Amino acid sequence: MAFHARPRQALAIAGAIGLALSAAACGTGSSDNSSGNNNAGSAECAPYEKYQGHDGKKVGIYSSIRDIEADRLDQSWKQFEECTGIDITHEGSGEFEAQLPVRADGGNAPDIAFIPQPGLLQRFAERGQLKPASAETKAMAEENYPADWLKYSTVDGTFYGAPLGSNVKSFVWYSPKMFQEKGWTVPETWDDLIKLSDTIADSGIKPWCAGIESGDATGWPATDWIEDVLLRTQTPEVYDQWTTHEIPFNDPRIADALDRAGTILKNEKYVNGGFGGVRSIATTAFQEAGVPITQGKCALHRQASFYANQWPENTKVAEDGDVFAFYFPAIDPARGKPVLGGGEFVAVFNDRPEVQAVQTYLASGEYANSRAKIGDWVSANNKLDLANVANPIDKLSVEILQDENSVFRFDGSDLMPAAVGAGTFWKGMVDWINGKDTAAVLQGIEGSWK
Amino acid sequence: MNFDFAAQSPKFMMLLWGLVAFAVVIGGLLVLLDAVPAFFARRREAQLVAASASGAPLPARTKPREGLFALFFLLPTVLLLLIGLVVPAIRTTLLSFMDGSSQNWVGLDNYRWMFAEDAIERVLLNTLIWVVLVPLVATTMGLLYSVLVDKARLEVVAKSLIFMPMAISFVGASIIWRFVYAYRGEDQEQIGLLNQIVVSLGGEPRQWLLDSPLNTLLLIVIMVWIQAGFAMVVLSAAIKAIPADIVEAARLDGVSPWQMFWQITLPSIRPALIVVVVTISIATLKVFDIVRTTTNGNYDTSVIANEMYNQAFRYGQNGQGSALAVFLFVLVIPIVIFQIRNLRRQRREG
Repeated sequence: MAFHARPRQALAIAGAIGLALSAAACGTGSSDNSSGNNNAGSAECAPYEKYQGHDGKKVGIYSSIRDIEADRLDQSWKQFEECTGIDITHEGSGEFEAQLPVRADGGNAPDIAFIPQPGLLQRFAERGQLKPASAETKAMAEENYPADWLKYSTVDGTFYGAPLGSNVKSFVWYSPKMFQEKGWTVPETWDDLIKLSDTIADSGIKPWCAGIESGDATGWPATDWIEDVLLRTQTPEVYDQWTTHEIPFNDPRIADALDRAGTILKNEKYVNGGFGGVRSIATTAFQEAGVPITQGKCALHRQASFYANQWPENTKVAEDGDVFAFYFPAIDPARGKPVLGGGEFVAVFNDRPEVQAVQTYLASGEYANSRAKIGDWVSANNKLDLANVANPIDKLSVEILQDENSVFRFDGSDLMPAAVGAGTFWKGMVDWINGKDTAAVLQGIEGSWK
Repeated sequence: MNFDFAAQSPKFMMLLWGLVAFAVVIGGLLVLLDAVPAFFARRREAQLVAASASGAPLPARTKPREGLFALFFLLPTVLLLLIGLVVPAIRTTLLSFMDGSSQNWVGLDNYRWMFAEDAIERVLLNTLIWVVLVPLVATTMGLLYSVLVDKARLEVVAKSLIFMPMAISFVGASIIWRFVYAYRGEDQEQIGLLNQIVVSLGGEPRQWLLDSPLNTLLLIVIMVWIQAGFAMVVLSAAIKAIPADIVEAARLDGVSPWQMFWQITLPSIRPALIVVVVTISIATLKVFDIVRTTTNGNYDTSVIANEMYNQAFRYGQNGQGSALAVFLFVLVIPIVIFQIRNLRRQRREG
């Protein structure tokens, strides 16, 4: 065996350069975070006084929010960061629901996570991975949010964090222009809605557009349909019993709601404008599902408030514009206005003082208004000033959330254990659209709930 | 889209760090790998020089030191294997006897669930269809192709055409094929190749991926498309390695091409054939990307690996996910044993 000196030297040099570089990188890295320049004394920092004392500390947030929405988040707490010296880093992931348990189990949990599923939040709470919210956060949340919202992040009597953003799902998107041209009017009751659908169908247009394809979350838009209909055919109490499994998943009342949704979704006369037959709902991406409205190929699309972001560019979202949404009508308006919605909750895995300060701040009215001013945002926070909400559909959502007559209920599939709510329920809906009958689908889901 | 380099500087810093760490670790390892044997060599040289100078008998090469030397190289590998494979395998097996939150022992419940649940039965059946069809079809196609193009004109071009899908990741291939199977309404323009063909022949567009078991077969096509190239390359090399005198002798004996294939080619490439079938079988048992990308296991297309991922990571059912993983492991074992015995026999014969 012969060993040449030259390659060895080269390698040694490479190693030495590497070491030198790493030392240099180390130097710049550490000088970065020691310089906490905050102007805590100035007037615009007055609202942040109670969060002081954590200068130079870092707080990491993990969520499923990405792209523009994530940029807006960063912007929304900028003032807070400047005034308190707390450095908030946000990381959004499309694999949030699958990765968060991996990170939490692996001892690498984020400081804060925005969890949109109370069922998932409950799982972390039960395993002792979540830290209970501080007394300040609890007081702030109780002051700013309706009691039923706080219920969703309370597990066994312990409160784990305030809600943040919200969305209202009980909307039907339509084209005000098309309605005006054809002389159709916005329906006030379920019967009106069916009558309108028949009128549209008779005019040769498929009245409804629908799509439930959403990558590995395929099926969720259909679960919203069922939940919205169930809230209209039954009392909110029955809904609660269903989401907590006090009544079986295949209870006749649930089957009834499914069949009623089926009178629209599984009606070849009604669907699926521009896409094909009933089964095309299963393979149509939910983002694209409503777009045929802008081409006059269908007239109605039931989807949440956040669908406002899905329209093609230059589509005017307004009451007199290209598209707008009306409230998904109640069957018996005398029984109040049931509203289905969703939202995320600010849960804490590491309860360092600066993390708790951020958690408290995110529950405050200042934060809600600061975020709303940047645009496209809805919250159930009652300190939220309607004047700060620009987008007309967001305004309508906030009005509905703040309406005393509204009976709000959280998205049922998000409340259920993930194995059902994000598993067999989604899959069941796909099978149901694909032709499987109601009883068999519900039976299958019931069997998976342990 | 504006890209602000200054604003992204933390990311670049991170990137630089990664590069530096890479250079340090790899550079360090290479130096170490170079320096340690060199040190031993130099010492031996010095001993030899000292021994020859003093006239003493040359020291014998000591065995234990070589063992130590081997250990030095083996240790990192063994350690990494232990951390990365053995420990997780043991842990997964333990988890498969626990409940969804990995806190309470439940005995064989997860395995009972696996064989009782209708949906999982379907998953097991699908996996069986995959593991029977893919190795069979992919190997057959690869074999046929390599025999047909052997010594043909433009052999290289023909071979690279079928080999190219190998270079595409499973996810990439699945996305390509999802477009092939794509569906648009009757009055819309078709964007899927298959439906466009159907439409231009006067048929109605179909939603290919919705009907079971046709959809599983269509997904298998993707896997075959990827793996046939691999089979073709290995088998083609084996065919070219058949000693020319055997082929010539057979020709002189006047065999037909048919006899040539069954009596000369096939027996000669048997070892390569087994390697190909075994490799593809193991790859097929683990198939996950194709199913997840195309249908995500909907419409009765799920397979074990996909279901395992969903149960453990999405539904929070660690126990059930682990049970599926262990079952998958058990399924692979006989194939691996077969392969090892085969290798041993070949070594004895060779």
